[in-house]
Amino acid sequence: MTGNIVSLAIVLLLLALAVWAVVARNAFLAIAGFVAYGLLLSLVWVRLHGVDVALTEAAIGGGLTGAMLIGAVSRLRGTEAAARAERSGAGVHVLALLLSLGVAATLALCVLVLPDPAPTLAPQVAQNLAVTGVGNPITGVLLAFRALDTLLEAIVLVIALIGVWSLAPERFWGGRPGLRHQADPDGILAYFARLLPPLGIVFAVYIFWAGADHPGGKFQSATILAAMWTLVLMAGLADTPRIDHRALRFGIVVGPLVFIAIGVLGLFSAGALLAYPPQWAKPMIVVVEVALLPTLTLVLGLLLAGAPARRGGGA
Amino acid sequence: MSTPGGLLLALAVLLPFVGMLLGLVAGGRHVRRIAFATMLVGLGIAVGIAWAWLQAGELAYLLGDWSPPLGIALRADGPAVAMLLAVAGVVCGIGLYARADFDTPAGSSESRAAFSYWLLLLAVWGSLNLVFVSGDLFTLYVALELLTFAGVPLVCLAGSGETLRAALRYLLFALCGSVLYLLGVVLLYGGYGTVDMRLLAEAVQAEPIARTALALMTVGLLAKTALFPLHIWLPPAHGGAPAAASAVLSALVIKGSWFLVLRLWCDVMPGVAGASAAQLLGGLGAAAIVVGSVVALRQQRLKLLVAYSTVAQIGYLFLMFPMALTGTGVHDGAVAAGVLQAISHATAKAGMFMAAGLVYAALGHDRIDDLAGAARALPIALLAFLIGGVALMGVLPSGAYLAKKLLLDAADGSGQWAWTWVLQGGAVFTAGYVVLVGVRVLRRPAQPLAELKPISLLSQWAALGLSLASLGLALTAVVGPLPASLISNPLSPKELGNTLAVLAIGTLLAWGLARRPLFSITSGSLRGTTQALARGFEQGDHFIRRWPSAMVAMLGIAATFGWLLARA
Amino acid sequence: MNVETLYGLGAAALVGIGLYGLIVLAHPLRKIIAFNVMGSGVFVLFGALAKRGAAAGLHADPVPQALLITAIVVAFAASALAVALIVRLIESTDSASLASDPPDGSRD
Repeated sequence: MTGNIVSLAIVLLLLALAVWAVVARNAFLAIAGFVAYGLLLSLVWVRLHGVDVALTEAAIGGGLTGAMLIGAVSRLRGTEAAARAERSGAGVHVLALLLSLGVAATLALCVLVLPDPAPTLAPQVAQNLAVTGVGNPITGVLLAFRALDTLLEAIVLVIALIGVWSLAPERFWGGRPGLRHQADPDGILAYFARLLPPLGIVFAVYIFWAGADHPGGKFQSATILAAMWTLVLMAGLADTPRIDHRALRFGIVVGPLVFIAIGVLGLFSAGALLAYPPQWAKPMIVVVEVALLPTLTLVLGLLLAGAPARRGGGA
Repeated sequence: MSTPGGLLLALAVLLPFVGMLLGLVAGGRHVRRIAFATMLVGLGIAVGIAWAWLQAGELAYLLGDWSPPLGIALRADGPAVAMLLAVAGVVCGIGLYARADFDTPAGSSESRAAFSYWLLLLAVWGSLNLVFVSGDLFTLYVALELLTFAGVPLVCLAGSGETLRAALRYLLFALCGSVLYLLGVVLLYGGYGTVDMRLLAEAVQAEPIARTALALMTVGLLAKTALFPLHIWLPPAHGGAPAAASAVLSALVIKGSWFLVLRLWCDVMPGVAGASAAQLLGGLGAAAIVVGSVVALRQQRLKLLVAYSTVAQIGYLFLMFPMALTGTGVHDGAVAAGVLQAISHATAKAGMFMAAGLVYAALGHDRIDDLAGAARALPIALLAFLIGGVALMGVLPSGAYLAKKLLLDAADGSGQWAWTWVLQGGAVFTAGYVVLVGVRVLRRPAQPLAELKPISLLSQWAALGLSLASLGLALTAVVGPLPASLISNPLSPKELGNTLAVLAIGTLLAWGLARRPLFSITSGSLRGTTQALARGFEQGDHFIRRWPSAMVAMLGIAATFGWLLARA
Repeated sequence: MNVETLYGLGAAALVGIGLYGLIVLAHPLRKIIAFNVMGSGVFVLFGALAKRGAAAGLHADPVPQALLITAIVVAFAASALAVALIVRLIESTDSASLASDPPDGSRD
């Protein structure tokens, strides 16, 4: 009973924050609400017994997305006023309200008529998990049963990065993303930027390794590493790399390429692309994850950093 | 369950991405070389798939040796194989065209435009192949996102403010479409416990969850395909991108989401879809043809004319649905017609955009009114343009002709006479803008043309090659599995008469609706009326392409679909 | 009403709220926020389905949860590309408006 009341409270608070994120007066307030929304969402995932998803949501959905939006707000240059002038009339608002209500109501109806007992693939996963050599069923799905999706996910990130890079002004191509940050070397930002990264790295490695049998894994781990990197950049302790740096490029592609190579290896040793021979499943999966870690870290960090914005000057 | 030769499907998907990754790390001048090497191998794989399909029928491959619903299956039937082969061919053609445009200039180690273009071209190719062969709805969601992320940066490759705006509009609207699609997939999983298309086809019932899912997914895909009235983003995006990019966007990218509508309606949920909802799809297609063609005739720039003609041609792609879903099972001839139309459009439109790009490169502008003398100066390029247009008109032996014949056949069979008129009418509109451009470029210029910049011969031949491919597509019926009996003698009086009638009425339309008078004869009050009508269409198009209108239209169509599906 | 249905209904409401924002908000950055709200609504619905599918000793159906992780990452990539475009658009034109020019014939 108390469980239901807590869930109800969470849902209502979630809806309130969502409404706030949409109707707030300006972008900054909306984003503040959105970040809070993201954190509350992670709680929702925990209550839905999805700890892996909660970690990913907190890290990427709330954390990185929030950081990116806050970074964007500071570069809006007063375009919000013009946008307010462009607002549609009351008629459109009413129409939009009705249509959105209609969609929400239809979905609610669908939720209420969902089949009972719910169709589920949990038994099949449980049955076949042992063959994959990992104990965490989600890792099993991500890297064994539906490995193609994970490979494509890494490729999606790389393509988004190419897209972001392509937005660079011509004269900055090959240069460094973002502005050079300077922070007071005795200030608190620089202090944390020296203190946190080693802790973050240890934490990230633990989450990465634990992901095989407990909640965790490479995405969450890579996000922590990317966040540490961003912190160091923001404090001015290091500079963003030049985008034509050969080692950087190599780090970006190593994940998907190794994944495909392991897949081909599976073709010759287990009979199908992206298959794993029984005894070698766990080591092969570990190799893939280790290779994906630098790719994800670099791409997530670079997506946050944005398009090249200044000439490089030295490597 | 994996068939021999099924591995080729996986290779067709992975190869372009491997090329993209290798190009990314190699950088500089190697990018273009790697792209061409990938195109060569990829074309070979596509041919191999076609050969394997001709031998053995449907191909299938289980990734990781896990079968659905736990794993992901790749499958290729006739339509998928045809699309794979066509896309491989078009990509190679566009690659040859773009070779000159996106060269790394001497003196710089890496060029932003060249780097981005070749990598994004490969990304589009890989994503499309995935759309054609994936048998899993969630993998298809990832494929759709891949397509969007690869297509959007192509729009603003040139970097100007207007193209950035067009790219952002495209991205936001496409993302709305993706979310609606994903919502549908989630509902289907909730209802049936799988996202595999084969298993869903067996399990799906005509009940609220399936109907809602179909309505949402369809509308999301229509937004990504820019079917009227959801074409808010297409004209400025395709009209503003560099010609080699527009060719990719118009010819290839939009075919991905269209193909998914085909799969959903004809393979996964034909029972849920029903005939009346199919009529709505056809109706939207007809509206697209009319509005797109009229506004195309109003355009003053060649690339915008071609972009609006894409809006019209997309309408053609949806005319197949009323013929395919008549309530008595799926009509295979109509599906074949749709695929043929898609391939005809892909080849012809690529050729037309490439030709427009060559005109721009040589003359420094693409204003239609000032193209007098261009035909003499750029014969190959303008031949490519006009042949592409003629092919889309449905003249023998073009693919559009065969598609039209197949659809007329299907319409006869189900007694849907109204659609035959739409089909014939659409050809007339296409003729209109072919005549419009033809008259302008064949006119003798008042002063000799200004100094022409040199354009690559390879690019010209690539454009002409693709247009000719579209014109001759019906000949593949001789070797392929389509009924060759539908092709009659192109020089018979009936066919010639038909073509001439289409051209004549098209000329009338162009005279009435285009901005500047087509011929120097006194325009009368009739022209005044047609001009007012045309201006009305333009204003209407501009209104519907505002963000709130488009979003309201999108949800309105979803609601209408939901209602029609519930009535079925 | 059990917990999963409650979250499912909440998800439906979130989708509606996000959709409303997408239609009426004019600034593209606000649209991206609304898109993320709508997307998270879809994700919560999926998560509720996963919880309903608890069986065979697992607390939830792992397949939807794995797909969710993929979807969250893809949504982040989409937001990143959109934000980069918005920033570049503003740098280039000092305006974030998505409106296009009217067809008055003089501008093209």
